[in-house]
Amino acid sequence: MQRIQETGRLNAGEERLRNLLIRGLEGDAPAYHGFLQELSAHLRAFLRKRLAGLPDEVEDLVQESLLAVHNQRHTYDAGQPLTAWAHAIAKYKLIDLLRRREKRDLLTDPLDDEIDFLSSSDSEAAEARRDLGKLLDRLPDRQRLPIVHMKLEGLSVAEAARLTGMSESAVKVGVHRGLKALAAIIRGDA
Amino acid sequence: MRTDDLVEMLATGAGAVAPNAAARRYAAALGLGMLGAALLMGILLGVRRDLGVAVLLPMFWVKLAFVACLAVAGLFVLLRLSRPGLRLAWAPGALAAPVLAMWVLAVFALMRAHPAQRAWLFFGDTWTSCPFLVALLSAPVFAAVLWATRGLAPTRLRLAGAAAGLLSGAVGALVYSLHCPELTAPFLAFWYVLGMLIPTAAGALLGPRVLRW
Repeated sequence: MQRIQETGRLNAGEERLRNLLIRGLEGDAPAYHGFLQELSAHLRAFLRKRLAGLPDEVEDLVQESLLAVHNQRHTYDAGQPLTAWAHAIAKYKLIDLLRRREKRDLLTDPLDDEIDFLSSSDSEAAEARRDLGKLLDRLPDRQRLPIVHMKLEGLSVAEAARLTGMSESAVKVGVHRGLKALAAIIRGDA
Repeated sequence: MRTDDLVEMLATGAGAVAPNAAARRYAAALGLGMLGAALLMGILLGVRRDLGVAVLLPMFWVKLAFVACLAVAGLFVLLRLSRPGLRLAWAPGALAAPVLAMWVLAVFALMRAHPAQRAWLFFGDTWTSCPFLVALLSAPVFAAVLWATRGLAPTRLRLAGAAAGLLSGAVGALVYSLHCPELTAPFLAFWYVLGMLIPTAAGALLGPRVLRW
């Protein structure tokens, strides 16, 4: 009985999140905001459980996964369970992080973790260590300015185009490529 | 940046997303890739001179159907592999079926043939060049399909790379079959498959590096 209730609750959650995303993909900004907000809580719980040994990485990876979900949102198929899609993205990013760390640990002394011992307390885990705002500065102007104007200041495409002297389509492309470049910087590709 | 701020930033001005992005991307990639392969063949090889006669032979159509089935199945597998959270289900079976069918045809052809004829049925006249030409013609498709896959979100990179390679190999073979004079099942069952496996292996090798996101 309890299990049936539990499944029902999960299904309701899936259904609500899925509706929010589908409306978001159709251009409903508040719905998309709600989707990302709710998803970030699920991502945090999912990743915290699997990164028990690396609590400092949790929030960074939550943000990285959110960026991936956003950049790859066109790969969601409306006929597919949202949970399976989001879970696959989070798992992919988790494995990618562990591979990256493995490579880095091979280059550095794997036994130097006593330095980190006191710095890794739980309250810190709620803050991301990586500042995406600072990473933005590393993007070229044709990507950074459209993101700053459109995504941070909330201006329209036309306003951003006027401010930057770029065409409207160049502004859109700049936002799109800039967010992908941000993900590439985090991965260590750029 | 706090996570709430990131959420705010991502949602601001996100706009609508065009539906069927994956399908349109692959359609564009395949169109361009096939055009490239056709141009490459036109410049380097040309179509077979007796094409008008060949189209009357049933085996010509069996050959086309063989590679076309592989291309369709390869595209289907790749479409599933390039989106997170989709299972392959019966898709690998669709890929294996045309190959198995061609192997059965090949065994029958070899059994029925006169022993002296068997070597020719298998090697034909062009076995030394066929696999390489199939791989060569698949190169433009390979590049275009990898580009398309990069724009999606494969989570199993090696497998997705291999599927992209197989799809381009099958499309390359489809174009090549308008030039290729060979029409025996044993030849197709081995040398064509070998030619398609060259880009498949290249894709499996490149996938983890090229397809990361």
